[in-house]
Amino acid sequence: MEAFVLAAADFAGRLGESNQPDLLWARELQALSFAVHIPLTCFGIAFPAMVLFVEGLYLRTGDPTYRALAKRWSKVMLLMFAVGVVTGTILSFELGLLWPNFMATFGDVFGLAFGLEGFSFFIEAIFIAIYVYGWDRLPPRVHLLTGVPIVIAGLTGSLFVISVNGWMNHPVGFDIAANGDIVNVRPWEALFNENFWHEYVHMYFAGTMVVGFLVAAVYARAWLRGDRSKYVRTALVVPLTVAALTAPAQVVIGDWAGRTVADLQPTKLATFEGLAETTEGAPFHFFGWYESDGQIKGGIEIPYLLSILAYHDPNATVQGLDAVAPDDRPGPVNTVRFAFQAMVGIGTLLAVLGLFYAGVYWRKRRLPRTRWFYRGLIAAGPLAVVALIAGWVTTEVGRQPWIVYEVMRVEDAVTDASGLPFAFAAVALVYLALAAAVVWLLRRLASRPPDVEVAEQVDA
Amino acid sequence: MAELCLALAMLGLTAYAVLGSADLGAGLWDLTAGGAERGGRVRGMIQRSMSPVWEANHVWLIFVLVILWTAFPVFFGSIMSTLYVPMFLAALGIIGRGAAFALRGQAATLNEARFLGALFASSSVIVPFCLGAALGGIASGRVPVGNALGAPFESWLNPTSLLIGVLAVVTGAYVSAVYLAADARGAGIEDMVAAFRRRALASGVLAGAIAIGGLFVVRADARDLFDGLTSGGGLVFVALSAVLGAATLALVWTGRVAPARWGSAAAVACVVIGWAFAQSPDLLPGELTFDEAAASDATMTALLVSVAVGMLVLVPSLVYLYRLVLRGDLQQQFEPLDQRFRPITANDHPREEPSP
Repeated sequence: MEAFVLAAADFAGRLGESNQPDLLWARELQALSFAVHIPLTCFGIAFPAMVLFVEGLYLRTGDPTYRALAKRWSKVMLLMFAVGVVTGTILSFELGLLWPNFMATFGDVFGLAFGLEGFSFFIEAIFIAIYVYGWDRLPPRVHLLTGVPIVIAGLTGSLFVISVNGWMNHPVGFDIAANGDIVNVRPWEALFNENFWHEYVHMYFAGTMVVGFLVAAVYARAWLRGDRSKYVRTALVVPLTVAALTAPAQVVIGDWAGRTVADLQPTKLATFEGLAETTEGAPFHFFGWYESDGQIKGGIEIPYLLSILAYHDPNATVQGLDAVAPDDRPGPVNTVRFAFQAMVGIGTLLAVLGLFYAGVYWRKRRLPRTRWFYRGLIAAGPLAVVALIAGWVTTEVGRQPWIVYEVMRVEDAVTDASGLPFAFAAVALVYLALAAAVVWLLRRLASRPPDVEVAEQVDA
Repeated sequence: MAELCLALAMLGLTAYAVLGSADLGAGLWDLTAGGAERGGRVRGMIQRSMSPVWEANHVWLIFVLVILWTAFPVFFGSIMSTLYVPMFLAALGIIGRGAAFALRGQAATLNEARFLGALFASSSVIVPFCLGAALGGIASGRVPVGNALGAPFESWLNPTSLLIGVLAVVTGAYVSAVYLAADARGAGIEDMVAAFRRRALASGVLAGAIAIGGLFVVRADARDLFDGLTSGGGLVFVALSAVLGAATLALVWTGRVAPARWGSAAAVACVVIGWAFAQSPDLLPGELTFDEAAASDATMTALLVSVAVGMLVLVPSLVYLYRLVLRGDLQQQFEPLDQRFRPITANDHPREEPSP
């Protein structure tokens, strides 16, 4: 650890120092690109299994309703994947365009994960095409089987990408020589760094919640309008059940993630609260504003809560921001605080919604009847996306000012090229147009009646 | 080991040049297909052929990037930071192209399809040009090692870059026309075979002319590259490419479009390999050899092992996809793009008897 800190002071990387005046724009551009891409990847993580489940129902029962639904969903899956392909490509470009010194210095340490992710991506692209264009062309069982690699590749792809993020937060698998060279690279150790398991499981459940609540929200609208057809019922129950099961579990996983952060990145944890000084029995403030003097103005203080969250012990000592030099503290503190609170707050609401549904179903074997439940569901879809992005803001802004935690600063990693504000504006405009087009076409797709399916029919 | 990793990157680049550029080339034909009615059949053919494969083809580009930043990180950081303008434009083009093509499949009116089609088509030209121009900047030795140390514009707006950029566009168009002609033959749509044969011949002759004329441009602008292309392994593959290119044109001329598919792909592959020979052993001419740029042995071993394992899964999957595609099992029904939007008539959905 000491070697890291010593090296960090004058660690310039293989391409040398950068004098980028627009570092903030580079960070914002990267953040924007991730904020667009991450919700799309959720559909790769969680949606294929739901589509396959519904197709499986069709194969078991022969009921064409299931087939019509699986077919419709597979079109959405393809559209999401296609947009995810291009937004993901932008990310690969941006890694080099925005952070060339990071890539040049550490590409060989963490690159292996992306190599493996590349294969997952390949498999996903191949089988999603076969699956979606293979309806009515392949024998039914073969068709179902061609969906299985999509599910697996969705899991492995996200695993490898998150492994890299875990590594950036907990860099292992290399040494820094006295002259600043990266030596003794151990790529497998970097790939399976101890920090990424909680991130991965947390993200996997988050992705499942996002898709579950978003898809359920679409059909909750139809339900509220009085559509009680089997088609809508199935389309509501499948994602809702998945979401209702994962949302409460996410609370437990979030706890695990929080304790891991307390252990590996105490400064980041201090930022979640805005804890200026190392404190025994640290409180947690909901709302309020972190002032530059280290006080939290306003807000609701819950005594001991941060110690309980971090260590499951009300009297535990929590390291404050003062443990590191001012230059090494994440910022802005309030961004991290509010992102963290948004994630936790929304996550709790979603868990309650899920438990309510599960409770009603368990006791009465039917869907909830109150209209407020369905109104809640309609809100839950977009809220789940907000919580997802808030979670990433928490961990990524909380990582600052480091791109490689306590080894390389973002200001040393950034490109020396000009035009970053312009690039940000261009990408923002393109993504706005893209988002508008996707939403508009999904609504169009939703407004069309489902395909009329007859069992065993070969349609044109 | 650096050679093996470089070979992997070249394999990926070749695959992208052969497969991805054909998808890009199809965009050019979409752009030039004419008015909605006249071009409807051509566009429908493109939509039909590209839909199942473009995503998988596109992944080769990611593959190349990943191999480069893992095995040759300093090279990757240097080119991306100096060539940021064309790379950024290519990235924007990729968003526009992929998104527009995917969305066009869902378009409901001719005007929507026309707008998305124009976006798809114009960005299809921007992407190969920018990527080609960036390669030209590398090949002509205009990218120094360092963080954005090269000239932001001259590094890709120079004679060699312009030549390779234009060549990338035209070659993509040529390969694409050959594939589309072969697909049309497979589907028995003879007027489309003829339409794309004409396009293949025109673009093939043009690509050949640009390539031959281009040698003089390279000679004047980047002498080292020219010497590499006209001696040793470079010369062998450039000559091979010329022979294959001519042979493919002859096949197209005589209407044998199915074998022409392979010939045109091989001709493009030879150009990429020839370039690799011409530039060897430099990655950045005069600046960085691939031994100097190579990552540690541990990383390259891990990468090669992973790729080898990955290929065990990937190759059968790709074979399965292309077999289904070549058999026509995944293609949507051929439908001229303007026809999709006419009012539905009673004949549109012939009822089929449900099988027992």
